[in-house]
Amino acid sequence: MQPILTAQDRENLVSPLFKFDRQFWMTIAALLVVTLPGLALYVRQLFLGLGVTDLNRPVFWGAYLVNFIFLIGISMAGTVISAVLHLLKIEWRRPITRIAESLTVFGLMTAGLQIIMDMGRPDRLVNTLLYGRLQAPLMWDIASLTLYLLTASFALYLQLLPDIAFMRDSTPENAPTWRKKLYSTLSLGWRGNKEQWTRLEKAITTVSIFLIPIGISLHTVTSWLFSTTVQPGWKSTILGPYFVVGAIYSGMGLLFIAVAFATQYNHHLKSYITDTFYKNLGWIFIVMSFVWFYFTLNETLVVATEQETLEFPVMAAKLFGEFAPAFWGMNLLMIATTWILIALKVPSKPTRNPLFKTATGLVMTVLAVVVFVLLALSLPAITNSILQTVLLAAFIVFFILALLGLTGWFQAHLIPSTVIASAFVLFGMWLERWNILMPTLTHARIIPYTTYFPTVTEVALTISTFGILTLIFVVFYKFFPSISIWEVEAGRALQHGSGD
Amino acid sequence: MANWCMVIDLEKCVACQGCSVACRMENNTPVVSPEEAKNGRAIRWNDVFPLPVHIAPEQGEYPNVKTHYATRPCMHCENAPCVKTCPVQATYIDEEGIVRQNYDRCIGCRFCTVSCPYGVRYFNWYAPQWEGTLENHLNPDELSVNGSLEGPAVRPVGVVEKCTYCVHRLVKARERAAAEGRDFRADEYVPACVQTCTGKARYFGDLDDPDSTVSQLSKSLRATHLLEDSGAHPKTLYLAEG
Repeated sequence: MQPILTAQDRENLVSPLFKFDRQFWMTIAALLVVTLPGLALYVRQLFLGLGVTDLNRPVFWGAYLVNFIFLIGISMAGTVISAVLHLLKIEWRRPITRIAESLTVFGLMTAGLQIIMDMGRPDRLVNTLLYGRLQAPLMWDIASLTLYLLTASFALYLQLLPDIAFMRDSTPENAPTWRKKLYSTLSLGWRGNKEQWTRLEKAITTVSIFLIPIGISLHTVTSWLFSTTVQPGWKSTILGPYFVVGAIYSGMGLLFIAVAFATQYNHHLKSYITDTFYKNLGWIFIVMSFVWFYFTLNETLVVATEQETLEFPVMAAKLFGEFAPAFWGMNLLMIATTWILIALKVPSKPTRNPLFKTATGLVMTVLAVVVFVLLALSLPAITNSILQTVLLAAFIVFFILALLGLTGWFQAHLIPSTVIASAFVLFGMWLERWNILMPTLTHARIIPYTTYFPTVTEVALTISTFGILTLIFVVFYKFFPSISIWEVEAGRALQHGSGD
Repeated sequence: MANWCMVIDLEKCVACQGCSVACRMENNTPVVSPEEAKNGRAIRWNDVFPLPVHIAPEQGEYPNVKTHYATRPCMHCENAPCVKTCPVQATYIDEEGIVRQNYDRCIGCRFCTVSCPYGVRYFNWYAPQWEGTLENHLNPDELSVNGSLEGPAVRPVGVVEKCTYCVHRLVKARERAAAEGRDFRADEYVPACVQTCTGKARYFGDLDDPDSTVSQLSKSLRATHLLEDSGAHPKTLYLAEG
């Protein structure tokens, strides 16, 4: 393979990795400030016990488990993007495979942390190896998570190998010795001859084939954690595929945000990660959002129609009860997401109609949020009155007008709109996991119904978790290039080939 | 081997909660503050509560009101969901049909507490503590199996605990019989709640022995299980009211 990388590429992709500027240290400092309070509170939890959470009987699982499923979910991004698109030989995947695969690894690492945070006796973790029962769903999850983490790390490393060698060969003279050593050790003597490339290609294809069933197994097994306990609301065969769909959906959301974040951080990346990526992956994003709605409708409609004595109170809590703000909030976020994504695909024409002005949209958004909060507070003066119906109708009108008004802005701003849609998906999917866990746990069979709201410890640890995730991301990409250099090179070679 | 079973006659039960207190004293279950108890942190291996749980306890209009109460130890299910979902076999069904808990092995994942349809499993949110003189009245009994704590001695923070049909009493009764050089008889062992029951509403014995009281009562037309449809095949029997 002929080198097609220019000196400009080297400057764009390698130099930033050796510049520890103010911006980098400020980012690290900000992330530490966000992360440390949670860690301090975790130490307190270790000493006092899980009593520092708001967990109770019957709500034995809470925010930590919601975060666990969420993080498992976002780890799906790498599998789909790198493995599926690699096997399908889709070209535009090339620049973003690195970020996608690393998100899988980082997501799984932080997901593992949640399990440890949630354990009453983290000191006895080794018991799962000493006395593990393979018949227990939690052991399936541990086994699946470990296998997935190992395979995904291996896939990431394989994918990194030529780039590490590239780094080894292009380390600046003034770079510290330990970094030179790091690259030369990790590159495993990669010289880039034909034999090595053939083997690498074979290995990546093989790992990609394995990654897909392993990834699907982890998300399915995570749903089995719930559906194998015979609690009302979880006794559902749909939960497995529903989790897989949700995982792909939220994983893509995080991928969009991570890519936008990385390009914002290093402007040179914009010449490698172009709008084509946002446009093409946007189509898959739209498909996933429809599949997600399809599953949500299935899950909701059947239970709501049969009104079974144990299942229905759980569903009623979501539809009209204390979980209604979270449930309808989730659905509205997803509707807004789908609208934005579709708007991006429709060619726009400038219009003078004041309905389609950005200013109108913003005003309507504010009004819609205010009315939603009013409804969500379920004040006694509003509940079960005509005012409630009026507010509901007003909300629907404001919501539709907000979407219509902002459409023009969305169409004119591809990347910000995609990031907003992705943020909606991430938040909505976190709420979805909350809506799966909490209504069932608070509506036990023969224990009085209770409530649950995360305490300061749980909130701080949740923030810490996302702080750690970002911290790993930032530090990792100070050592390794955030786009796959050799894949870009290969892509260019292919283009040249077809050009000749 | 015996198949231990409890029968609770709800017709005779006066909901005095004597069983709850006896259980607490026998098994050293920790007490919690009223605020914690309100937040669902109370530990009552043997709970007494109105039935049905999710609607107002009094039914009907004055003076035609009625209230139902149930008292609930562990069901010691034959197809126990807690045993099936425990990742480290910290809970298991022994050969005499008692669902037991290994406090030294439990990792505190709370899978069993979530999967139990009856809510008989409790988690130690904080290290157990007793106020004032209560601490001087702890039951000194301790049951260890292969060096692991299973008996009424105080449990550490972060593990799950549950009703064991006072299995340490069974072990003690066996040891006494062996020391006196005679065979152990099934009626030498009852859990503390059965011993204390004010209305003599609780019966205990070997379900496999056709002559035992429990096996006679199990043939009653009133005999039923709590949440018969839970799929867990609960063993503790109830004799329905009316």
